[in-house]
Amino acid sequence: MSAPDPMAEIRASFFIECEELLEALQDGLEAMAEDTGDLETINVVFRAVHSIKGGAGAFGLEGLVRFAHRYETVLDAVRSNTLVADGDAIKLFFRAADHLSDLVRESRDDGILPEAEGDAILTELDALLGDHGVEEEDEAEIEFQPLGLSLDLGLADLPPPAPARFTINFAPEPEMYETGNEPYMILRALAELGSCEVTCLTDKIPQLNEFAPEASYLKWTVVLTADVQEAEIVSIFEFVDGLCALTIAPIQSDAPATQEVSNDPLPDLPVLPELTPPPARAAEPAPPQTPAPATKAKATPQSAAKSVVRVDLDRIERLVNLVGELVINQAMLSQSLESSGLSPHSDAMNGLEEFQRLTRDIQDSVMMIRAQPVKSLFQRMSRIVRECSAAVRKDVRLVTEGDTTEVDKTVIERLSDPLTHMIRNAVDHGLESTQNRLAAGKPEQGVVKLTAAHRSGRVIIEVSDDGGGINREKVKQIATEKGLIAADASLTDTEIDNLLFLPGFSTASEVSDLSGRGVGMDVVRNAIQALGGRITITSTPGEGTTFFISLPLTLAVLDGMVVQVAGETMVLPLNLVIETLTIDHSNLEQTRPGLNVVRVRGEFVSLFDLGVELGYRSAQDSYLDAVVLLIADEAGSRAALIVDEIQDQRQVVIKGLDESFYRAPGIAAATILGDGQIALILDPSDIIAQAQGSTLAIAPNLMELTS
Amino acid sequence: MSLNILAVDDSRTMRDMIRLALEPAGFTVTTADDGVHGVEVLSGIAPDAIITDINMPRMDGFGFIDAVRGQHKHRATPILVLTTEAAPELKARARTAGATGWIVKPFDPAKLIKALQMVAG
Repeated sequence: MSAPDPMAEIRASFFIECEELLEALQDGLEAMAEDTGDLETINVVFRAVHSIKGGAGAFGLEGLVRFAHRYETVLDAVRSNTLVADGDAIKLFFRAADHLSDLVRESRDDGILPEAEGDAILTELDALLGDHGVEEEDEAEIEFQPLGLSLDLGLADLPPPAPARFTINFAPEPEMYETGNEPYMILRALAELGSCEVTCLTDKIPQLNEFAPEASYLKWTVVLTADVQEAEIVSIFEFVDGLCALTIAPIQSDAPATQEVSNDPLPDLPVLPELTPPPARAAEPAPPQTPAPATKAKATPQSAAKSVVRVDLDRIERLVNLVGELVINQAMLSQSLESSGLSPHSDAMNGLEEFQRLTRDIQDSVMMIRAQPVKSLFQRMSRIVRECSAAVRKDVRLVTEGDTTEVDKTVIERLSDPLTHMIRNAVDHGLESTQNRLAAGKPEQGVVKLTAAHRSGRVIIEVSDDGGGINREKVKQIATEKGLIAADASLTDTEIDNLLFLPGFSTASEVSDLSGRGVGMDVVRNAIQALGGRITITSTPGEGTTFFISLPLTLAVLDGMVVQVAGETMVLPLNLVIETLTIDHSNLEQTRPGLNVVRVRGEFVSLFDLGVELGYRSAQDSYLDAVVLLIADEAGSRAALIVDEIQDQRQVVIKGLDESFYRAPGIAAATILGDGQIALILDPSDIIAQAQGSTLAIAPNLMELTS
Repeated sequence: MSLNILAVDDSRTMRDMIRLALEPAGFTVTTADDGVHGVEVLSGIAPDAIITDINMPRMDGFGFIDAVRGQHKHRATPILVLTTEAAPELKARARTAGATGWIVKPFDPAKLIKALQMVAG
């Protein structure tokens, strides 16, 4: 084996491949479970397990090989129609797949394999096969495997024997040539063992008129003198065993070779080329020239399939950062060109425009590299649902939509934990018990739905269940008991629902095995916010609960609107700004002191002064002629924000505010503008939510009254 | 001596392993992802020997060996089957299809090289 480094690389790539195979396995099993698969499905499932086994063997991952092998045996039985995979069997296959994925992970991280669990599953798998005695047979086969190709059997253990002499009679059958075996190679291999006296027996060659070009006429007798065991000679003939008449007989060491047969030694074998079918030889002269065209020829058909380059994530990260810098730089350049008083129609300005477009294209392409379908994440969730529903004894089906939605890899990775928790919650708390479902006239099987979609430059992920909905009475009661709210607080439904996000909140009347381990929805919300996302909740009694997560498509760049507020430069995500307007007498209404609404196309929208909400200034006396941005967040709620001035509309590179900064409400991140100035990026929905307690809550009622 | 090898295996790991085993020994390795791809690739090269897996999508190893032997110029090209299967009936089936030799995975690089030299020079 060569240097350890390439091996380590292949090992790493093996585990990546395993993930793909596990995904294929998962897909296949799902197709089988829903009965949407075809004949190929079971083959795909089988091959996935089989390939994992194959690779694992190469890296000596015995635990993995052992499990995969027996899993594969059962799948093979399904494949060959000796076993019918019913619902229970498929459930078991799912569990086995889950276990297999655990084993892969533990093997990758050099962790401890969960043997006991595996043995339990194996026992069940074996039980499927009935008493065919497959198990023992399999074990034998596993032990047999590492033997592989045994070309030099047992040499090391034995004392060097005195040079032995063997007589070998070797007569190929025609089939030997048909399998591409070549006597010349075999004779040469014998000659490498020791000194050979080779006789070619040509007496069977017929007259030319009877000569059949593909018949086998030649035989050889070899007298070999070498320090070898007979087994080693036999191993040379391993591939042609049964395809030739072969005898190997040791010659007594004291008796000299009796036959004087060596009149036709090895180099003189000119007959051979004629014997093997000519094309094989014809191919021989070509090899030295072929490699170049070979790779070219290969490139074309392969690109038709799936051509993949694996790149270290660090390198992409670096590229993303560089492109980010490029965007900033380009903005600086355009600013300085503008301020130098160049005509907008000058070549330089036109060129700059082109440059801007290119920068944006590069940026999009770079982001594309990092994007990944959420499918792998969703598959992990389907496992969570399976395990979870089994633990709480509920019949639950996970429905996923938008598996192919692509999201930044980092986002996907960091979504795993919060999503896991939400899915668990949905199964454990969201869905009612089977009895309650039946009592409510619902189907016994609960449904948890997980969807992903792109909407206006963001990724929207929804987790919903068709359970009983949030029991608001109970939520309120618990919040009161825990002192989270005052006993006499009057809260809207939305406000009650949002209590779930408060630290340390748990509604389960008893702490179950699954959720309620002290990780609350507040942790989920923090994780989502850390990704620049937001989470909202809607619930309808008796119909279910939906969590609604909105995430930025990428963590690196944002289309922003640059505004001035109280002398500060700020950036608002452009996708949230749906309209800008100016306040005048006709559209401003004061509903009560301190609360203003603005009329936009017959609808009233709450009005907030951004400067006040951010604590820069106190409320102005008059907002006449003020510039207003109409904001709509993903959940559809709207608000109007007053700013002093709109400056620009441009791409900004998001510079995260890390842990060392206090997480200020309403502030999402920061950026560096073209002139080098630092500006804060706002999260308008958060700002509105913060202001909600005092003003917004009244707005919906007001709207109802007026419309 | 430099031999041109075509290795057909649906597992990227296996293809990488084969490459890693053979290239340092001076072999030139071309790879293909399955039987169908193998046949495509084969049309552009003249390998001294072919290594193939058995369990593959689209076209399995038996089909691939059949397809290779069906081409006149490859009637005698050595084909080694490299697979985790060790069942004698599968071996026999591969041999009937025209496989030259059979190596069980996991393979020892030295032995693979030796086997290749054995069948292809």
